[in-house]
Amino acid sequence: MKLRGKAWKFGDNVDTDVIIPARYLNTSDEKSLAEHCMEDIDKDFVKKISKGDIIVAGYNFGSGSSREHAPIAIKASGISCVIAKDFARIFYRNSFNMGLPILESKEAVDDIKETDEIEVDIDTGIIKNITTDKEYKSNPIPKFMQELINSGGLFGYAKKLLNI
Amino acid sequence: MGMTITQKILAEKSSQDEVKPGDIILADVDLAFANDVTAPISIDFVKKLGVEVFDKKKIALIPDHFTPNKDINSANQCKIMRDFVKEKNVPNYWETGEVGIEHALLPEQGYIKPGMLIVGADSHTCTHGALGAFATGMGSTDLGFAFATGKTWLRVPETIKFNYTGKKNRWVYGKDLILYTIGKIGVSGALYKSMEFTGSAIRELPIEERLTMCNMAIEAGGKNGIIQADELTDKYLAERGVKKEDYTVYKSDDTAEYSNIIDINLENIEPQVACPHLPENTKGISEIAKEDIKIDQAFIGSCTNGRISDLREAAKILKNNKVAKFVRLIIIPATVDIYRQALKEGLFDIFLNAGAVISTPTCGPCLGGYMGILADNEVGISTSNRNFVGRMGSSKSFLYLSSPSIAAASAITGKISSPEEVLK
Ligand code: SF4
Repeated sequence: MKLRGKAWKFGDNVDTDVIIPARYLNTSDEKSLAEHCMEDIDKDFVKKISKGDIIVAGYNFGSGSSREHAPIAIKASGISCVIAKDFARIFYRNSFNMGLPILESKEAVDDIKETDEIEVDIDTGIIKNITTDKEYKSNPIPKFMQELINSGGLFGYAKKLLNI
Repeated sequence: MGMTITQKILAEKSSQDEVKPGDIILADVDLAFANDVTAPISIDFVKKLGVEVFDKKKIALIPDHFTPNKDINSANQCKIMRDFVKEKNVPNYWETGEVGIEHALLPEQGYIKPGMLIVGADSHTCTHGALGAFATGMGSTDLGFAFATGKTWLRVPETIKFNYTGKKNRWVYGKDLILYTIGKIGVSGALYKSMEFTGSAIRELPIEERLTMCNMAIEAGGKNGIIQADELTDKYLAERGVKKEDYTVYKSDDTAEYSNIIDINLENIEPQVACPHLPENTKGISEIAKEDIKIDQAFIGSCTNGRISDLREAAKILKNNKVAKFVRLIIIPATVDIYRQALKEGLFDIFLNAGAVISTPTCGPCLGGYMGILADNEVGISTSNRNFVGRMGSSKSFLYLSSPSIAAASAITGKISSPEEVLK
């Protein structure tokens, strides 16, 4: 699967409180969550992005609370993928369970500039910067997680495990 | 090759003789819980699968974040939980009037035992490692999966060993040890890793302060915090009716491999304050008290420091003192038992005489939910665990973290202060 869109850059330690502030956690409705995605760090974020765009961020992306609302908000806002130097543990796990593709590549993050056109191949982990014609390889996705993807995420995997 | 406590529990729960850091395992869960923010998605997961929960006694539903319900949406979230509890006949549910903050309530009520594998849809689930269990926070979908299957997938973490020695200085608590540690290693210093707290100073540390330390493992990025169970743990559990034969105490092997060993001498640690906007921005009280930082609000509560020992420490400072003019002091006992105990000991009189307000148990202001939100440009000091931008309200507010005694002292002087300034 290939994803393509513009890059939107963020620094290190983007935490779940800025991805989706707690004041909006009284709902789990995707659309309402998406409306407030990143608003405490960039209040125009949702307005300026287009479907398929990619978040490119530094270290420890998604630190803080276990709120799944964070990857849900990002995915529902139209962002197709997050590339970061590394991810906070729970966020990493949640994204994967929710079907938000995330990739780690320090090199790509250092190189990519805001609004560069990016193409990501989920199967191979290859990240292409169309604007500068450069290519990066991200860390491969572990085998167990590929099995999860093949079962259609955690829900499909549960069905398999319970034989339903 | 030897294994750490964490590895031993994970090996046992995945029916293997040995696990190594980096292995991905499917493990059996002993306790799975969620709260009013996270449970509705987990419940949805189980409902969509159309199955029963794997074991009613091994799940818990705890409506603690926005209860008594702060608005219609939160009331609806709680209703989803309550309806599910009724439908599936889940015994471990606490209604408003009984409920407390999940990470204070579960250990207090004897649900947490050494050697257990515990997952919670809340990042501070790592708290429970203080009793020698493996406990880690996850998302709602993970919890839905655990509710339905009784299993969870985990990447076996590497372990960092923190070795604490020496005697605590006055006004130093578990909170200060963990703030100091996070200040030293940073908010991603233990990313994906297990933090094993050990050493002679930990053996002397009361259980409530151990809970505070493990609570904040996540603030260093840790997967879990863990402390080997000992006589203090046995005593704590016995007081809650948990028998010794009902749990297994795991110990790390001498030959266990650690990714890092960090020695910390308590003699070098003075009371700590974490400055905005990260828990790693720590300073010693002597340094920060000089900066003359005026506060608008002090909050004593949360799953980090809302236990009875915390309230007692706060009361020592607040007794016969008054909160500074224009400062709000909000005190929230973390559970009903703590609330009742504080009332019995006369702490409420001390708090009320000082000018504090006392709330029923709830997370409330800790996550900027309600019951004490900061306005633009306001400054707060809190005994909770996070001071991210906007954590207690306005994204233009400033939040400091400390122990209850510093928070109480600051409420009295109206600026961030050492307890010494009040009790001299
Ligand atoms: S008290 Fe704060 S940190 Fe603890 S569970 Fe509640 S919201 Fe989370």
